[in-house]
Amino acid sequence: MHYILEILPSLLSGAGMTLQIFLWTLIGSLPLGLILSLGLISKIKPLQWLINFYVWLMRGTPLLLQLIFVFYGLPLIGVVFPRYEAALFAFILNYAAYFAEIFRGGLQSIDNGQYESARVLRLSYSQTIRKIVIPQVVKIVIPSVGNEVINLIKDSSLVYVIGIGDLLRAGNVATARDVTLVPLVLVAVLYLLLTAVTTFILRKVEKRYSYWK
Amino acid sequence: MLELKNITKSFGDRTIINKLSLTVKDGEILSIVGPSGAGKTTLLRCITGLEQVDSGDFLVDGKAFDPYTNRTNDSVIGVVFQNFELFPHLTVRQNITLAPTMVLKQSESEAKAAANKLLDRLNLGDHGEQYPYQLSGGQQQRVAIARALAMKPNVLCYDEPTSALDPNLRQEVEKLILGLKADGMTQIVVSHDLTFAENIADEMLHVEPNQTK
Repeated sequence: MHYILEILPSLLSGAGMTLQIFLWTLIGSLPLGLILSLGLISKIKPLQWLINFYVWLMRGTPLLLQLIFVFYGLPLIGVVFPRYEAALFAFILNYAAYFAEIFRGGLQSIDNGQYESARVLRLSYSQTIRKIVIPQVVKIVIPSVGNEVINLIKDSSLVYVIGIGDLLRAGNVATARDVTLVPLVLVAVLYLLLTAVTTFILRKVEKRYSYWK
Repeated sequence: MLELKNITKSFGDRTIINKLSLTVKDGEILSIVGPSGAGKTTLLRCITGLEQVDSGDFLVDGKAFDPYTNRTNDSVIGVVFQNFELFPHLTVRQNITLAPTMVLKQSESEAKAAANKLLDRLNLGDHGEQYPYQLSGGQQQRVAIARALAMKPNVLCYDEPTSALDPNLRQEVEKLILGLKADGMTQIVVSHDLTFAENIADEMLHVEPNQTK
């Protein structure tokens, strides 16, 4: 017990870093994913190709590779990101691709009649998207987005490889130093807590949107 | 008064509407009847600006206009879709006030007052706060009518108004449409139900597949 209290501060500060990366990635990648998804359903073919290529690239290569590429690779051609910014850059670009695909599916499930009905009521395209389409898409995509959000909590541990002091790194350091399993078990418990809280919040959000069918 | 002159519409090399002319006088009801595939709905979609015609002219009160590109708020053509296409995430009242506030720039209270009047007029007084999924088919249709009327259309169009409802509701729809006629509304009704169409029509237009005249 004494040992747990001793290492807990460093684990909690690691968890703080994990949370920061988690939140900033969501704040960056959700809107970016939405914009990309509008491009994916756009009638402008070159734009569609370009974004499809982007999604293919981001989903087709390991996130770990992308992290290493941004932090260790790009400096070789003169583009230098500090650690933390490199991590956010890679995570936001990667998750935006997944969200774009999820939103595309949501957008395409909105019946064409809804667009036509908005059109004969003279709503502009942007009004239609904002007031009619997005509210309906949000409800449809919440479960799939939730899945990615949970994934992101755990994926954030990949920043370990570029030397950021997140939760996993804090536990690993303590285990190596003190030769005990306890820190790793605590790390697992903390991840479980984070995902449990997130799952709870996602349920609440889902419930908030259940007032219509 | 709505006039169509020499309207032609083809999809690929299939001519659906061939040099069609018709006139709908103010306050009258035009029924468009014919078998499936005769182009009734296509004609309605051209009049309501959801399809672009290949050639021909539209005139409202003697003034030329193109329903496909017209975005001004005069010469509004209202539409009641076969499946109503209500916005499922908005209450009945929000369905009605959305376009008047966003497009006609009515104030919230002005739009609400107008909506309440329409709800009373269409026997929906108690349903303003409900969501579309909580209503019966007939009620949903009346909401769709109220939503279209809130935009103060010159002409109100219906696509198969009886087909999504119980057969015994047919007379209700007849009464409703004739009631709106008594209020002075100009209406165009597309239907494959000949008796229904005859009961309400001042003018009948029969369309036949491939040789639409």
